[in-house]
Formats: sequence, structure tokens, C-alpha cells
Amino acid sequence: MTAPFIADAAILSKAQPNPPRPTLRVLTCGSVDDGKSTLVGRLLYERQLIFDDQLAALRSDSLRHGALGEEIDFALQVDGLEAEREQGITIDVAYRYFSTPARSFIMADAPGHEQYTRNMATAASNAELAILLVDARKGLLTQTRRHATIASLLGVRHIVLAVNKMDLVDYDQAAFERIVGEFESVAASLAFRSVQAIPISARYGDNVVAGSADMPWRDGPSLLAYLENVDVETDGADAPLRLPVQWVNRRSDAFRGFAGAIASGRIQVGDEIVAAASGRKTKIARIVAMGGDLFSAAAPDSVMVTFADEIDASRGDVLCHPTTRPNVADQFAAHLIWMSDDSLLPGRSYLIKINGRSLAASVTDIKHKLDVDTGAKSAAKTLSLNEIGFCNVATAAPVAFDSYDENRTTGAFILIDRFTNATAAAGIIAFPLRRATNIHLQEQSVSKATRARLKHQTPAVLWFTGLSGAGKSTIANLVESKLVERHAHTLMLDGDNVRHGLNKDLGFTEADRVENIRRVGEVAKLMVEAGLIVLCAFISPFRAERRMVRSLVGEQEFIEIFIDTPLDVCKERDPKGLYRRALAGEIKNFTGVDQPYEAPESPELRLSSAEHSAEAIADQIIAYLEANKLLSV
Amino acid sequence: MPLTPHLRRLEAEAVFILREAVAEFRRPVMLYSIGKDSSVMLHLALKAFFPAKPPFPLLHVDTTWKFREMIAFRDQTAARVEMDLIVHTNEDGRKRGVSPFTCSSSAYTQAMKTEALRQALNEGGFDAAFGGARRDEEKSRAKERIFSHRTASHGWDPKSQRPELWRIFNTRLGAGETMRIFPLSNWTETDVWDYIAAENIPVVPLYLAKERPIVRRNGAYIMVDDERFPLAPEEVVETRRVRFRTLGCYPLTGAIESEAATLEAIIAEMRHASTSERQGRLIDFDESASMERKKREGYF
Repeated sequence: MTAPFIADAAILSKAQPNPPRPTLRVLTCGSVDDGKSTLVGRLLYERQLIFDDQLAALRSDSLRHGALGEEIDFALQVDGLEAEREQGITIDVAYRYFSTPARSFIMADAPGHEQYTRNMATAASNAELAILLVDARKGLLTQTRRHATIASLLGVRHIVLAVNKMDLVDYDQAAFERIVGEFESVAASLAFRSVQAIPISARYGDNVVAGSADMPWRDGPSLLAYLENVDVETDGADAPLRLPVQWVNRRSDAFRGFAGAIASGRIQVGDEIVAAASGRKTKIARIVAMGGDLFSAAAPDSVMVTFADEIDASRGDVLCHPTTRPNVADQFAAHLIWMSDDSLLPGRSYLIKINGRSLAASVTDIKHKLDVDTGAKSAAKTLSLNEIGFCNVATAAPVAFDSYDENRTTGAFILIDRFTNATAAAGIIAFPLRRATNIHLQEQSVSKATRARLKHQTPAVLWFTGLSGAGKSTIANLVESKLVERHAHTLMLDGDNVRHGLNKDLGFTEADRVENIRRVGEVAKLMVEAGLIVLCAFISPFRAERRMVRSLVGEQEFIEIFIDTPLDVCKERDPKGLYRRALAGEIKNFTGVDQPYEAPESPELRLSSAEHSAEAIADQIIAYLEANKLLSV
Repeated sequence: MPLTPHLRRLEAEAVFILREAVAEFRRPVMLYSIGKDSSVMLHLALKAFFPAKPPFPLLHVDTTWKFREMIAFRDQTAARVEMDLIVHTNEDGRKRGVSPFTCSSSAYTQAMKTEALRQALNEGGFDAAFGGARRDEEKSRAKERIFSHRTASHGWDPKSQRPELWRIFNTRLGAGETMRIFPLSNWTETDVWDYIAAENIPVVPLYLAKERPIVRRNGAYIMVDDERFPLAPEEVVETRRVRFRTLGCYPLTGAIESEAATLEAIIAEMRHASTSERQGRLIDFDESASMERKKREGYF
């Protein structure tokens, strides 16, 4: 486990060319005054990674705020915020970057104060190794145990126990070994794969970069030598494929690219893959890249793929290989680290963000609260700031996920407070829960899904947008007739009709058009809640409002149908004589004449009534609904 | 030249961040400041959305005091990448004659950069703006999130930043609030130059050493870029072989003497540099925490 000690590292400069080992993401943590910032400052200084002008600023800051008199206080180099320098503590996570010939490092320096524990969890979430600092005089403290627990919980599998301030205990071997022994009993219940203990003095540099003349009893690598050589599994290219779809590139009708970062595993052109949520299968047709298509790619690459068949996948779907699929469920058990001043209330609706999807979620049950000082589990009705609990979480729809142990990307989520938009909790998934064992929420007993099931249909909004005279209402009417023939329950909201009632107080200025669409969007949302297929025919000239309605009803339920009839054709038709009057100046704010129409960038359907009859277009829309399982065949 | 695993990982992360913002925000914009970091960020955007164009415009806040070569490069670049370029100047500041020669650097920055940026973001109705800042540049930047929340008045509150776990970004905004997004957060100056070399990305020639007209002022070499430069009686314009490590407004940007006339030579020179790149930025020197103060007021 112990790496060989490199006594004579090559001479370093500020930046080194292309270090061969993968970047190591390191977290430094420990209790207040254990000397984290001093250690990081010392590392940078000893490796001559602090520039002359930064050193000059540091000398003047040391005299003003420093705790060491004439000596340079290295902590001030990392405590970047004014409040931190004034109070002499680290409040927020700071990131430092440095390279040696052996490796590039990203170091996250986490705060020690209890009230900033959430920031420590933040720093741990991306770290592969943690340096846990302990003051040799004080031994393990509550914060030390807490930080070890959080690091373990967040998947940090490698620990350096840096016993600091050895100079203040006369470099005593017994003091060091006592602390190492204490930590072993703490680590026994945690999930670390390696623990390396190193006695150091950050202030004088013992065992930081080179060895220590004051500790002849010590046999092992210096801190830096260890960090340069430690082997941590990083990329997860050998794990099962997980490719969460991040963004769908609809450059044209012909091209549909699915973009995302490979969370784990690898893909290759021709691979059979599955969209986890729908279970639909297809093959990877291309891996598109600017410099030319790729044949294969692996974690952590960001890629854009195209499919051999047109299958429905959108942001939040997870692509995988057919034989190694993630869980798909709407309930799971997870650890929550509570990060908000407002305590967790079971049953309250939060937003969950998981694999790019945002949807409603609630905590249905707190199984227990974890006492990180003792490891004891106790019953709890709530979680307060910095508390950790093991909970059942229910989401509004099934989502794809893995256990966090298996995958640090697809097993993680955050909860967001719907009112303050603050990040309320970090979530670490343990395992899925089956329906039978679940508690059903009251509001779920008559839900949108229930109402829709009664009607044997999938509720949706068909949003027809386009210029006046494009044929929106005509086509929407035909589509509705065809739906009703097939016993679908529908409702039509038409621009002209709505303006005779609900919106009769509105005119045609930009502001009024926005309000018009907002009200229609809210009505459409209610109707979707009632389980209906809602047809909306509105010019709706602005992208922002169409997007607003899309977000009101949900991505999956909003079908934007762009009736893309050219302006010339609409003017020519002029079924209501409106263009003639607008061109004559009799009507102001007329879309296409003196007000812009913002064409949709990526509508679900783009159809032109200049090329096809209204009947043919209506059939195409019905075919689309069938293809996307919004209408049973 | 194939990318090293280190650069490949940085590239993948930046592409992820760019796509994440486009998927989550209504109307993003990319702050394009013409320098090397912006050049890298723009290149990453072209890669992230290929074969589509990046679905957002570029925005340049023009103080009217940029190097002429920067402006020429900006216009060439916008034409090359076929993206919309919005150029915004604080017209009120221009009318009042705010210039780096007549105002303090902080008053100048406030009017022509911070206020100008605010105006441009408000006028464009942008809810998210990409910036090329890196955490290794400056110590208050080292504490900033990748998705950095701004109040409705564009202020930054360092004490109540949202925790940013894994790569799950909380992109929720209240009314009028906006987000600054930094795809290059985890890059260093060396990474930027290595990537420029590996990907053959065009940069402003001012980064390369050349004989240029220079005045020595307050211990820095300032380039006399146009006739608006007011010479003090004792000052003489000399010709020196210099280049710039960072680019900003020419009266506020110090040159360094250098023989590095190629990308390779720059990289070799930087590996032995003993000062940080922001040393050439005169606006940072007002006081140690000046960057944090400017950012709280809405500076990028």
C-alpha cells in the first residue's frame, strides 16, 4: 500500500509539461486551526508555485492580518475572501491548481467550522482522495470524525491522515501512533480503501515535500511523494455504460444529436443501446465530433451521438447497454446531507435534480438520523442544517439511477427549495424501493395519472404556433376531430375565441401578447392536470412565452407544432382580410407586418400548409402522436 | 496533436458545462473579451454544439480603449465563426469622457466595464452569461462557483453562494436574477496555452513578441496604441520588443519584454515565469481584496 519514497524529485517550475499520471482531485479537511490552509500554502511555496507578486502581496497581508508576526502566514494565500482574512478562518471551498513532473493536482480546501460543513461536503463530492488534518496536540475531534464520515459517505475512498504540528509535541513518535490508532477504530466503520498516516509540520515543512531530520523514526513517503504516486480509480471507463442525455441537438429535421458526458463505461459505433426510462432500443449510428466522427469514446468524454432509429430520448434519459441497465423507479432510499437553514419537512414538495432532470419530489420517511460523532442511528422527524439522515424519497415520475456506491454520477442528486431556490440537500442513493412497500401520498390518490388512466389516454398540450393565416386553427380543428373519433378526451383553446372571453381585456402590444399566452398556458396546464389532450392554436410570436408554457406543463407533455407557412403565402390567403388592413396601417402590432415572429428553433413538428393540405398535415400530427406513444394505435 | 488525458478531461468538463447552460437557460450569451481565454471558450462552444452553431450570441463590452489589433481580431473572429456579435459601450460614460487617463482605474472600470456590462445584459434580456475566468487567476475567483448566482442588480454575494456538488448545478433563478457561468474554472494559464497549441486556436498577435512603441509609466511598459495617448513632457516613446500576457484596455495593460514570437516560445517562457499573469493588470492593484469588491458590484 505504501508507495516508494522519491527522495530526489526533479527541480520544479511553475508549470510542467503534460504530466503522465491522471489528474488527482484532492480534498483537504480537518478541524479549525489544524492548519489546512497553512499546509496548502506550504506545498505551493516549497514547490515554488507562489509567484513573486503573489508573495509580495502575501508579505503585506501577513503583517496586516497574519497570526505569525514577521513570518509569512501561508494561510492568507488560500483564504481569498475579505471576511476570511479578517476572521482568520476559511469559510468557503477554495480550489488550487498545481503540477509536478509526476502529476497535476486540483486541491479543494474545505472549511473547518461546523456551520460550513455543507461546503466540506461540496468539496468532497468531486474528490478522489482526502487529506485529513489532525493537530498532534489535540488528537481526533468531533469535526475530524465528522469530516471522515462525510468524505466516506461522498465516496472518497483514499485518505491521508496528516498529523500536523509535530513540532509542538517534540516530534514524539508515541503521540503520532496514538492518533493513528484512534483513527483506525473510526475508519473501521467507514468505506475507505486505503489510509496512509504521515506525521508533518506544515509550518516548518517536515514530511511535506521532503523528509524530516527531526523524525528519524519515521519510514515512509513525504506527503507530496505519496500524492504523486497514489493510485486511485478515476475514469470508470470499465464500469457499465451510463450516458445521461444532456441536450438534444435538432439542427434540422434530418439531424438529431444526443449530447452528454459519459458518466461511466464506453460506447462504440454499432453498439446496441437502450434509453433506460422508456426501454426503447436502438443502435449508435454516429459519434459526431467537430474534427471528424469518432468510432468509440469512454468516460469522462463529452460526446454527441446519433441513433440508427428514431427513438424518443430527451434530457434526463440515461443511455445504457441492454444487459447492464440502471434502476428505474419513483422511490428510493438515500442519505441526505441537509444544507438549508429551513429544516427538512417530510411530505413537503421539493425539486429534485438528478441526471439532468428536474422534477417534484418529497421525502416520505426519515428512517434514521446519523450521529457522525458516534455512528449511532436515532429516530428523527426532521433534519436541520448539517444533519445527515437516511430517508425514503419519492419522485413525481420514475427516474433512472444507480446506487452511489456503483456510480458517483448517476447515484447522486440534489434537492432544491421551490420557494427560495436554495440547494436544500445533497442526496446519495442507496437502493430503489418497490411500490408495495411504499407509503402512498394522499395527493397521489387522485393524481393527473389517475385521471388520465380513467380516460385511457396520455394528457398533452399540442401547441400550434405560426403566422396569422398559416392554417393553425383549421389544422387544429381537424386534429381534434380525428382524436375525438378515436374516443380521446380533448379541449381546444383558440386564439380568437379566448380573446372573446378570458382575455377580452387584452390588446396586441408585446406586453399583452405575453399575458395572453401566460393565461392560456395556465389554463392548458389545468386541463392537462384533468387528463385532457389540449389543442392550443395561437400565433404566440415569442420564443420565451412558448418556452414558459413548455416549462409549466413539463417537457414531455408539450408538443410544439410549428405551422411554417411562408409570410407571402399567408398574405396571399389573408382569410380575414387582416394583412390588407395591417399593411394599410389600420391595424397596429400585427405579427409579420410591424411585429416580429420568432420562429421555433427546435419544435417537435415543423409542417407547412403551403406544401401539404390541412388534412395531410393533421394525419402527420396523428402519426407523430402514435409514434411517441401519446396515442394508442 | 492529440490531447493529453489532462486536457481531454478539462475539455470534456467545459463542453458539459456549456451544454448544461444551454439546456437550462432561456437566453444565454457569451462574454467575448477577445483574449486567449475567450478564444479557448469560443472554440469549446463550437465543439460542444457541432454540427449546429452555438445557440447564443457573443457579447463584447467595448470600453473604446482596447488595442486596435484586438478589435480587428474580434471582427475577423465573429465573421469566421458566423455567430452574432453584440458590441456594447456605455454611451453615457463615453459622453462624459470617462477614460483611463482622466479617471482613477476603479472609477473607469466601474463606468466602462461593470456598468456597461450591466446595461448590455439588461438590454439583451440575458439570464445567463458565460465568462472565461479561471480559478487560478486570483484568490477571490478561487472561491467562486462554476454556476455563480447574481442578484437582480448583478451583485455577487460571496457568503451565501449555493453549494455546488458533483456536477449537478442548481440553475434556478428568481425574478430578474441571472447566472454567470465559467466553463474554464478548473483550467490554469498553462492549460490554456497548451490547449491553444494542441487545437491550433487563433489568438490576437499581441501575445507574441514584436517591436512595439512603448512608454515606461509607473514601472510598467505601456503601449502607445493610438494618438489619444497623452504623453507627459518627460516621457519618450521608445521601440521595444514586447508582448502581453493578458489583454485589456491598452492604457491599463503592462507589456513584458520578450523574444517569444511563437506559441512554443511563449509556453517555454511561461514555464519559467516568476510573476502571475494578472501582474500586468493595473486595475487589480488598488488593494488586496479589490477583485472581490469589484465582483460584488457586478464586475465579471
